[in-house]
Amino acid sequence: MSYHNPYTPPRKSATFDDYTLAEIRRAAATGIYDIRGAGTKRKVPHFDDLLFLGASISRYPLEGYREKCDTSVVLGTRYAKKPIHLKIPITIAGMSFGALSGPAKEALGRGATISGTSTTTGDGGMTDEERGHSQTLVYQYLPSRYGMNPKDLRRADAIEVVVGQGAKPGGGGMLLGQKISDRVANMRNLPKGIDQRSACRHPDWTGPDDLEIKILELREITDWEKPIYVKVGGARPYYDTALAVKAGADVVVLDGMQGGTAATQDVFIENVGMPTLACIRPAVQALQDLGMHRKVQLIVSGGIRSGADVAKALALGADAVAIGTAALVAIGDNDPHWEEEYQKLGTTAGAYDDWHEGKDPAGITTQDPELMKRLDPIAAGRRLANYLKVMTLEAQTIARACGKNHLHNLEPEDLCALTMEAAAMAQVPLAGTNWYPGKGSF
Amino acid sequence: MPVIDLATTPLRELNKALHNIQRGSNDLTYEVANPRGSHAVAVGIDGPVSVDVNGSVGYYCAGMNDGGTITVHGSAGPGVAQNMMSGTVVIEGDASQYAGATGRGGLLVIKGNAASRCGISMKGIDIVVHGNIGHMSAFMGQSGHLVVLGDAGDALGDSLYEAKLFVRGTVKSLGADCIEKEMRPEHLQKLAELLEKAGVKDVRPEEFTRYGSARKLYNFNIDNADAY
Repeated sequence: MSYHNPYTPPRKSATFDDYTLAEIRRAAATGIYDIRGAGTKRKVPHFDDLLFLGASISRYPLEGYREKCDTSVVLGTRYAKKPIHLKIPITIAGMSFGALSGPAKEALGRGATISGTSTTTGDGGMTDEERGHSQTLVYQYLPSRYGMNPKDLRRADAIEVVVGQGAKPGGGGMLLGQKISDRVANMRNLPKGIDQRSACRHPDWTGPDDLEIKILELREITDWEKPIYVKVGGARPYYDTALAVKAGADVVVLDGMQGGTAATQDVFIENVGMPTLACIRPAVQALQDLGMHRKVQLIVSGGIRSGADVAKALALGADAVAIGTAALVAIGDNDPHWEEEYQKLGTTAGAYDDWHEGKDPAGITTQDPELMKRLDPIAAGRRLANYLKVMTLEAQTIARACGKNHLHNLEPEDLCALTMEAAAMAQVPLAGTNWYPGKGSF
Repeated sequence: MPVIDLATTPLRELNKALHNIQRGSNDLTYEVANPRGSHAVAVGIDGPVSVDVNGSVGYYCAGMNDGGTITVHGSAGPGVAQNMMSGTVVIEGDASQYAGATGRGGLLVIKGNAASRCGISMKGIDIVVHGNIGHMSAFMGQSGHLVVLGDAGDALGDSLYEAKLFVRGTVKSLGADCIEKEMRPEHLQKLAELLEKAGVKDVRPEEFTRYGSARKLYNFNIDNADAY
């Protein structure tokens, strides 16, 4: 019998996969790293890896359509004379006018207002439209201080001192010149068309002791009326939360690595920071250790997509969540309706992330007047409100099934984990066991 | 003239009083006694009130001043007149780090020396320092004028945008994209105006050197990567 050499299919490297090879070639051709928007695209342990246990013989559920499940939350109860009262624990995260178009900011304000929640400014200041269409508006205090002024500080409902964000803890930003319209340039005190760098550090304070004095100054300027949030990227959540509390924050905003950005290096987005799931429990532990859980509120963001995610974040100890990417999708970002144009840009609906280039077919991450016209802020605001309503109903459905008459009554005991990684990060037992991998220390 | 003694009056009462002054009020001049290094003294003023602070202050004195005239008869801690919108702030002594940070307008006069990062990220403020300034001053300065009668430390004007810098003494080193520039008649005129406003006498604008942005880093270019 003659020997026949059987066919062996070509084998590609798992390490040098097609995307990696393409990135090496792109880097070699251009000499520059890839910049993009959004958060991490890699798969990380997330809320999908947790399940609710639901009621059973040992605890009874609430009737889905008859028994009340409260969703309200009050933020800023520690020091502020005027804390914020929200109907739902889902807020809209900070996104700048400049990175987003005027109609997009207006739509976010409209949707949030219909839903009884807050929206947030970004690195570029506050616009009149945004203030006018947002019943509750949080004003970000960022390192660049673009657009910062005392008048807007006083007409805000809360102030968010931004130390970092989940997509890039420790990083600054850059708004490329092509998105710098006359109006954006004027708000930022810079010439039109030049790249606008956003510093990674505040210009007039460093460290927690300085932050405490900075917060004092902001309170004095606003006569102690406004809640003051401190936003950190998910890096060292236990210590950052503890230090924010020590510095006098009313609210801590904790953003995991799934949280989006308008523009940052891909290598930064994918390799710096921790998954949202890994951040919550250490932060809650810090609050509990200081006796400040529920006194200083915790808002969690980064990859929140559904009412189930909301319920899981709250069960782990958060007081509220914030959404950014999901809110943009709700108002029309990456919609297949524009597929033909996404193809022309070399991408496809669902993958478009060159938000910094200002060519967004959906008219959201652009300052192009013609593209902006495509977004109807009233209709888009309604879509956001619908989405927020669905998320709230979903979270209530789960909470009632767990026997809770307020979303805040959800607790870690209601959860189990599907994977050891998720069990260790969320500090809940692996499903079907009493095992808490890694429990004991952070 | 109301006198507020910070040895006996809480800080927030001082600032609240300064915020509630109505235009046309008879009490537009305040005196602050015993500041003893307090932070956030006379912050958020939004009208034409004058405040004399008799002693030294801590962080962020006159922060976000919008139209007030604040004189510190002593020295000031970090971030004096940060994000000032308009008005005048005068420090009779020295100022610590970040003096005039992100200021958008008005005039800050420091009669002594200023530490590092004076005028960092300035966005329209005019700053006149009678003495010397520390390193990294006017970092990312966007607009406005920084006038220094003495010397400047390392990395002056690093990553500068359109702020204009005038130094009478020596500059230890210039930061990325900051270069010496020609002093044209309009600059001499502006400088003379600022010196007069700041009460500087017997110093001629011609004694200064002007520094500004080379504008090479305005749009990202990979060939400039080493400059960042």
